[in-house]
This record gives sequence, C-alpha cells and structure tokens, in this order.
Amino acid sequence: MLLSETEWQAVLLTLQLAATSTVILLLIGTPLALWLSRQRGTIGALVEALVALPLILPPTVLGFYLLLMLAPDALPGKLWAGVTGTQLAFSFPALVIGSVLYSMPFVVQPLQQAFSRVSKPLLDTAATLGANRRDQFFSVILPLSRRSVVVAAALGFAHTVGEFGVVLMIGGNIPGETQVLSIALYDHVEALDYDRAHRLAFGLVGFSLLLLFLLYRDRGWRLGR
Amino acid sequence: MSALAIDITHRDEHGFSLQVATSISLGGVTALFGPSGSGKTTLLDCIAGLRPDIDNASIQCADELWQSGATQKPAWDRSVGYVFQDARLLPHLTVEGNLVYAEARQLSAVDASAIIQWLDLSSLMTRKPAALSAGQKQRVAIARAMLRGPRLLLLDEPLANLDRVTADECLNYLQRVSTESALPMIYVSHRMEEVSRIADHLLIIRDGRIIDSGPVAKLMGRLDTELAEDEAAAALLEVSVDHYDPDFALTELRVDGEALWVSGEQTAGNHRLRIAARDVSVCRQQPDQSSILNVLPVTLDDVRDVGSAHCMLRLQLKEQVLLARITRRSREELKLEIGDALFAQIKATAILRSESP
Repeated sequence: MLLSETEWQAVLLTLQLAATSTVILLLIGTPLALWLSRQRGTIGALVEALVALPLILPPTVLGFYLLLMLAPDALPGKLWAGVTGTQLAFSFPALVIGSVLYSMPFVVQPLQQAFSRVSKPLLDTAATLGANRRDQFFSVILPLSRRSVVVAAALGFAHTVGEFGVVLMIGGNIPGETQVLSIALYDHVEALDYDRAHRLAFGLVGFSLLLLFLLYRDRGWRLGR
Repeated sequence: MSALAIDITHRDEHGFSLQVATSISLGGVTALFGPSGSGKTTLLDCIAGLRPDIDNASIQCADELWQSGATQKPAWDRSVGYVFQDARLLPHLTVEGNLVYAEARQLSAVDASAIIQWLDLSSLMTRKPAALSAGQKQRVAIARAMLRGPRLLLLDEPLANLDRVTADECLNYLQRVSTESALPMIYVSHRMEEVSRIADHLLIIRDGRIIDSGPVAKLMGRLDTELAEDEAAAALLEVSVDHYDPDFALTELRVDGEALWVSGEQTAGNHRLRIAARDVSVCRQQPDQSSILNVLPVTLDDVRDVGSAHCMLRLQLKEQVLLARITRRSREELKLEIGDALFAQIKATAILRSESP
C-alpha cells in the first residue's frame, strides 16, 4: 500500500469537502456574482471587497473569527446545536462553512466577470423576444458564461483541496472527521516522517498541476468565452 | 384600423428633449425619418419597453395599454418584434437556434416555413452567427423578430451597416416580407431612398419633435418639408404598365394618362415609380430632337430655393406631381412663373415596387 488507512481517509475527506464546498459555492456564488455584475454603487463595492477579503487575509484570521462564531456558546453555534443536536466546531460542517467563505472569491470573481461581459443590448434583445429576467439569465447569460462556470468550479474545488489555515483553526485534526490532506501532511512533517510527507506533497502538486493545466489548455476562457 | 397611440415628454441629462404625441396606424409601413440624434431610436425603445427610465409617457397599442406613466408593461410582455441596426443575434445559438428562441416564446401563431422562405434562410439554418455575412445576419434578425408573432415590427435602421448592394438586396427582402405578411412596421431611417421604397406613411422627426406626417407620396411632393432639401429629393408616382416593346427592350407605363418609358420588361399591374428631382429638367417648348425619351406636359405649381445655387420646382401632372431641381440661373433665364405650362424631361427612373392591387 502506498498510503496508510488514515491517509486514504484524509484523501477521501478532502475530496468530499472540496466537492460539497464547490456545489454550495456555485449555488451561493452564482446569484451573488449576478447581483454584483449589475451593481455600480457603494454597496456593491463593499460586498465585492468583503468577498475578496480571503484573498489577502491570513487564513488564520478568518479561522479565528469562525472559531469564535462556531463555538457552542456563540449564537450560530447554539442555533446549530439546537437544530441538529451536535456541536458545530471541529466538525465536517464547520469545515464546509470555512471552505465556502475562504474559496468564495475564486468562484465569484470569474463568474462576475463573465456575467458583466454579456452586454445590455443583447439582454434587451432577448427581452423583446419574450424572455423575462429569469429566462434571460438561463437562456443567454449562463450559456455565454459556461466556460467561466467551469473555471469557477475548478478553482473553487482546487483551492478547497489546498486550504490549511482555516481548517486547522476550526476543524482541528480528527482523523476521518476533520483531518484533510494538508493537515495530514503537516502531521508527517511534525513527526519528521519525510517519506510519507513526500508522497502526500507530491500527490497534491501533481493533482493541482494537472487541474490547472487542463484549465489553461483551453485558453478560450481567458478571452471571455 | 387600430393604431399605436404615443405621448412622450422626456428630457434627458444632456438636455435633449423628446416630445412626441402621435398616432401610428397599425397597417402598412410607417417610416420614421430624421437625422441622427433626432430621437428616433429613443422613440422605438420606448415603444418596445426598453426605456423603463422614461416614465413621463403613455403608450397604447390598439386595445392594450403598454405604458401609463410609471406603470409599464415589461418588454417581454409587449407584442412587438424589434430588428436592431446591428442584428444582435444570440452568439451561442445557430441560426435555427435563434429562430427557435423566438418561436418558443411566441405570442401568436405565425407561418414559420413561409417566413424562412421569404427571407431565404433554409440554407443557413445550421450556421453560427459568426459565420454569417452582415446581410444574412440582418435577414435572420428580421425572421426572428417575426417569429415572435408580434402585432407590430420595429426596425431601427436595419440597413445602415450594410454596403449598397447588400442593403438594396435586403430591402427587397423586407418589401417582400411586408407585402406577404401584412405585418405593420415602423421603419426608422435617415435615407430618403429606403423610405421612398418601403414606406406608406411618413413621420418626419427633428430634435425630438415630429414636424410633419402623412402619406409618403404626398409628403415627398411638397416643397415646404425638409425632404425637399435632401440631395436625394424625389417624387413618387403611381404608374400602370401599358405594354412591353421587345424591339427596344422598353416598357411603356402610364402616368395620369401620359406615356412614360422605362427599360426592361416590367410585370403588369400598378407600380410605384421614383423620379429623383435632379434627374428632371424643364423646357418651354416640346423638344423635337433630344435623346431624352420621356417628356411630360406639366404646369409649374410651386418654386422654392434650396441651397445657394439651386431651386426646386413642383410640377403638376394631371393629378400627381413631379419635382425638378434646377439652378436658380436657369430659372431666371427661362423667366419661370407659377402657372406656366412646361415640359418636364426625365433622364432616369427607377421602379421601386409593385403595389398590391
């Protein structure tokens, strides 16, 4: 066996986390990006800045505030416990919440750019052909942005796979529950087990490189198609 | 006949004001004629529901109220088709996809196969818009707007981006569509030639105001409108085909009982003929040795100076009128007075379209 059982668990958990987060990111990010693509004012700029914050903030800052919010005695933590009967901090759902916030700009920004490239005159045309706003989104905006949707999903997924700081702060290091690949790698290094660290590190490099290569190979998306 | 009633008062942030109160009959082709910047497109956009920001307006289309102040029917609920200057096909769909887009959101049943045939689109159906020429794009846009099944078609300078030959061809298609479908149209243009070919009624717009309106032949025969100042000023004549002379390849037409020859064989029936004012000259006596074939007896009805060197003459036939653009000097030398009996020599004519009987 190349990887130990706990390591396989970490791989599976990482993929599960990334997939769940990506789905949620697309569901939240799409309407948010659409809204942002139509905003010109101060409120739009403020929301845009908030979304972009994880790009420059140390992940530990985000993780710290999330930890406070998800704690059993904080309001969100209490609500969660009330509804599900389980603790939110140091659980898989907590990781998902953290990942969604942390990877949000990687999904929202490509979508927002793509949506704002669809011209008003083209949407007006669709309107005169009988398409209401909702119809315009699904029949014009979304098809014209389909490559950006793929890019957004791939970046959101890859970025979640690669996250470390937020996870460490709010998820801890519970094998099979919250121990993702990057954390397992950190453990190996801490234990000076460089052989195992190499395997995980090399695997992550390979995966990320492959994903980015596939995205960049299809250069059309950079030109806005 | 039902009508589109419009009443708009709007002033935009640049100080341009649009003030239009008119009623457009929902039958035939109404041309909205005026220079660029006169408010033509804004007016069409208001009718189509694309200017929700203009709230000081009321628009009633036959029995449907489209706008009353701030209460507006959205564009997608209005029964209009809109053909834009730049075609605006949906780039991710094929020609067929664009047509189906409109058909799937149809308001009332239309004969899709007839429309596709009138506009010669059957060979283009699988192409993407990027693989079409400008003229083809515009034909698809016309078909698409018609497939929506509207009660009114708006066309915003649909030929402006086309070269002369293609524009001419596209105008033939439009004439065909207009005659065959009987769909009412509002046609925006600043080109006299297009307007004289396609329109039945004319609204002249300038600086956001409608300054003249009426049947196109009547307005074009007047000297007091700005049409008379246009380089392409012309008179429209209703003519009927008399017979074809195969020896010289000429067709004899009848205009108010007088003979008029045009080249080529023309289909029998009534036609609309356009005679440009610059192609008409006048003389006091009937010329007996001239290469000009068409000489019609006329009475000088009205004169108006246009520009510094020229003047425009209005020449009365029995019922219809001709326009002639001559120099002011010729007018002096011929001592032309209103009421004079003259002979009009016509250099060239162009058959514009067959009138439906």
